[in-house]
Amino acid sequence: MTSSILTVPPARLEVLIADYQREVARRRRQFLLALAVLAVLIAIAGRFGEVDLDNLVRHISNFTSYFSRIFPRIRVASFGADVADWYWNITGWLKLLLDTILIAYLGTLIGAGGALAMAFLAAANLSTGNLLRWSIKRLFEFCRTVPDLVFALMFVSAFGLGPFAGVLAIAIHSFGTLGKLFTEAIENIDMKPVEGVRSTGGRFVEVVRFGALPQVISTFASYTLLRFEINVRSGSVVGMVGAGGIGQDLFVAIRKFYYTDVSAILLMIIVCVAVIDLLTERVRRRLSGRDAGR
Amino acid sequence: MFPGDARAVLDRHGALFDGSPRQRASALAVSLGIAALTVFAVWWLAIPFGQIAAGLVSLAKFVALMFPPSTGGHLDLLLKAMGETLAIAFLGTLIATAVAFPISFLAAGNTTPHAVVRFVIRRALDTIRSVDALIWALVFVGVVGLGPFAGILAIAVSDTGALGKLFSEAIESTDERGQESVLASGGTALLAVRFGLLPQVLPIIAGQILYFFESNVRSATIIGIVGAGGIGLQLSEQIRTYDFDQVAFAVIMILLTVAVIDWISGKLRFAIIGRRAVV
Repeated sequence: MTSSILTVPPARLEVLIADYQREVARRRRQFLLALAVLAVLIAIAGRFGEVDLDNLVRHISNFTSYFSRIFPRIRVASFGADVADWYWNITGWLKLLLDTILIAYLGTLIGAGGALAMAFLAAANLSTGNLLRWSIKRLFEFCRTVPDLVFALMFVSAFGLGPFAGVLAIAIHSFGTLGKLFTEAIENIDMKPVEGVRSTGGRFVEVVRFGALPQVISTFASYTLLRFEINVRSGSVVGMVGAGGIGQDLFVAIRKFYYTDVSAILLMIIVCVAVIDLLTERVRRRLSGRDAGR
Repeated sequence: MFPGDARAVLDRHGALFDGSPRQRASALAVSLGIAALTVFAVWWLAIPFGQIAAGLVSLAKFVALMFPPSTGGHLDLLLKAMGETLAIAFLGTLIATAVAFPISFLAAGNTTPHAVVRFVIRRALDTIRSVDALIWALVFVGVVGLGPFAGILAIAVSDTGALGKLFSEAIESTDERGQESVLASGGTALLAVRFGLLPQVLPIIAGQILYFFESNVRSATIIGIVGAGGIGLQLSEQIRTYDFDQVAFAVIMILLTVAVIDWISGKLRFAIIGRRAVV
């Protein structure tokens, strides 16, 4: 078998190479320009952010020694006693951890319920009125942009210290984020079932129930589980402003330098979050598997 | 359609409407489980139903106090705090990106030097991620003192965990043919990554960075509560002292800033990804 290698005439090759060089030079100029803009932004942000590398270098040993200080001394000889000493308040902390999980659970449930009720009204393909849709979308935006801790602080002032304020704060934040995600999911559905229900004379409620909901329900469940995971994390900090959960004890431990308590509580939170991650991921995978099988 | 038809259809295709007994049982079990857990949660957390009415009244009072929003004569202070918030989000995201990018290659299955390295780094990233940014902020306030610098470091650390995971997933989902063709034409492994893999992941990564910057502007508004800089300090003080007109002003400032940042980064994202939409 013979093969021939195609060669480009030198004159044509020169033109091509020149073009290539020009293109490379152009992209390089663009890259350098972007880099310069970035450098200016860094300089401005560094001034505003009071970046003090000298301070960091001087105190970085605090950071590393912080971690060596928060870990307890556990000797092989007295292993049981040392661990018991480390987790001296295990029952109290476990109760607070359960508080945290339940705050996240109730908050997610309320937020998801509200988002479910309003997302169908906010979706452009089902919506009944532009004004209504616009106001619901702004409401979602407001609820997810105002930080949940700000809501928690206000609810603590209104309803008193305790988990109820945390539940409400997390519910409102979840309502905002889930509302946005739900609305986007609804806007991406197949419109044929919706038209089918409409053509047989179905009203809005029936269109939603039989045309749209069956298509999105498993996506909604998956988003809600993901939000629950995130909420367990934020449930561990709302306690810092007095809204219940394990955050209060963690805050006190960090502020009062009860070093080994810090590591004990952090470890509990990390393990708890990891377990919930694993469980919800398994459920979510089953949900998406069912979707694919349909 | 005759009234009898629906009945007949239902009789013939009953299974399509009702689902199997097992499906119905599991649906019932899930709903019962959710309901039971809800009742337990309400009981365990001792939700004070008696206080809800009184609480709503005081909430309404707070809202009434919010109008008209006022700067309280500290406009310059609030603007500076907002600038700090943006600086915290920007530098925090930047540092997190710079740290997470090289690490993510070690954590991705197709570029890691060894499976053990990948496992260890993945677990480390998970651990960092499961601690909230606010807790990191508390720790860093202890290390570098009060101020926005602690906030920058807190955002940088907590985002390194999240971005490292996302970047490594993006690397894992690349098409390996790009790398193979570089190797086949005599390139080294490093060149294969540079010319075969990077062009595939950079747009995805850029999109994720912009998204994180947006979300960090939101989280940077609260870390001030623990003294780590930004508008959160003013906000929490104003709520504690019931200066709700100033709270309203700060919240409006945050909403506007976030809307502007969303708009800008939306444009940027489109400019980066839109160009490659064909690929």
